[in-house]
Amino acid sequence: MIEWTRKHLLSLEELTREEIELILDNTASFKEVLTREVKKVPALRGKTVVNLFYEPSTRTRVSFEIAAKRLSADVINIAAETSSARKGETLFDTGRNIEALKADIIVLRHSASGAAAMLSRHVNISVVNAGDGWHEHPTQALLDIFTLKEKFGRIEGLEVAIVGDIAHSRVARSNIWGLSKLKAKVIVCAPKSLIPAEIEQMGVSVVTDDIDVAIANADAINVLRMQFERDEADMFPEQLDYFKKYGITQERLEKAKKKIVVMHPGPINRGIEISSEVADGSQSVILDQVTNGIAVRMAVLFLVAQGAKKRR
Amino acid sequence: MHEKSKIMDKIGIQKTLIRIAHEILERNKGAKDLVIVGIMKRGAYLAKRLAKAIEDIEAVSVPVGTLDITLYRDDLSLISEKPVVQKTDLMYDITGKKVILVDDVLYTGRTVRAALTELIDFGRPQFIQLCVLIDRGFRELPIRADFVGKNIPTSQKESVEVRLEECDGVDEVVIMEQDDD
Repeated sequence: MIEWTRKHLLSLEELTREEIELILDNTASFKEVLTREVKKVPALRGKTVVNLFYEPSTRTRVSFEIAAKRLSADVINIAAETSSARKGETLFDTGRNIEALKADIIVLRHSASGAAAMLSRHVNISVVNAGDGWHEHPTQALLDIFTLKEKFGRIEGLEVAIVGDIAHSRVARSNIWGLSKLKAKVIVCAPKSLIPAEIEQMGVSVVTDDIDVAIANADAINVLRMQFERDEADMFPEQLDYFKKYGITQERLEKAKKKIVVMHPGPINRGIEISSEVADGSQSVILDQVTNGIAVRMAVLFLVAQGAKKRR
Repeated sequence: MHEKSKIMDKIGIQKTLIRIAHEILERNKGAKDLVIVGIMKRGAYLAKRLAKAIEDIEAVSVPVGTLDITLYRDDLSLISEKPVVQKTDLMYDITGKKVILVDDVLYTGRTVRAALTELIDFGRPQFIQLCVLIDRGFRELPIRADFVGKNIPTSQKESVEVRLEECDGVDEVVIMEQDDD
């Protein structure tokens, strides 16, 4: 078994297979803590976690907040809309100020790809990437992979279809890195305009714009949230068209494997990328993902805190 | 580190556990309300063996749980030898029970301190008694064991290794000594 030595979690691209497995193994134990009567352990007592969010997010922010609190850390939430960022303070300066406030870990959500990596080079405290632009959302992919491992007992050899706006999705990118490192077969499915050019080089096995091909032999589907431009006049027909061509419905699932598992990072758009019947159905693990998200983030916060200690 | 001496073999461990099982039953007037909780990882195996020994004597089954104290330690940096936090498995409500806490070696007492804090977060036992296979001294906290397999005077240069078939392939207790250089 390898030892965790990283002070930051910035992407899954930079992790080895062994490091990803180490996080997943720890996650199982942290999940047990959530089943206790006293759902709190003193592991990060005296540490301060700052959630620094430059983009609106409820579930990721709340999940990190609960995770940190379950580990007895103190948690401060900073939403950029109400912070000095509005007065023009740069990310760099904000980060240095948080460090001067003697925080130990910054959890950063930012609209610029590479923001977390940049911040990690300029502060001496730990940085955890909670989503940077279109680049990566490592803890989301880790919780998706953990959920799959819980359902199937393994990742190697599983066939996982990622469906939706691949080009603009950090969730897709992190999942592709993580799943391919763990030797799953990854299929991406989207309208051609939403598939990025370099995709095969990331370890994707199949690229298709036909949803029925994508899910024909899949063990799991990860349905991405579709974000249509809100000001377009023809938004509604476009959404209907997407649902018709790519929406995950019970009829489509009839043709797939019986034990297929349906995931979604949330928040779901009912009737756009997924039907209500599927979202609420027996194959959906969407709410398991939410619970597992806390356990994964507990494991990540715990590990980077340990990593920071070793690097001192 | 090199092996200095072997202080217990398979038979020795076996006999010691049977003796402790009798002591536990005598002190607690039977097996009623007993829950045996082992500290990961060798304490957990010893707890299972102890429960089996009690069952052989009393013909009743005794619940067994395991405790991983990593998240309750007072020094995070000491965890490096153990990269994965193990699952704590306490399916029984320990409130009102007589908990026998089991570990392989009692040394500074810090592990036991962490285990006591964790146990109390799980419920309010009637009492907790501590059982260790080896007590090697050098306590840093006011903690003592109720049941001791063997007291072994050691020096700080030495360490005691309990090896069990379940994880080490062999049953023995040895004293290891640091090499002089």
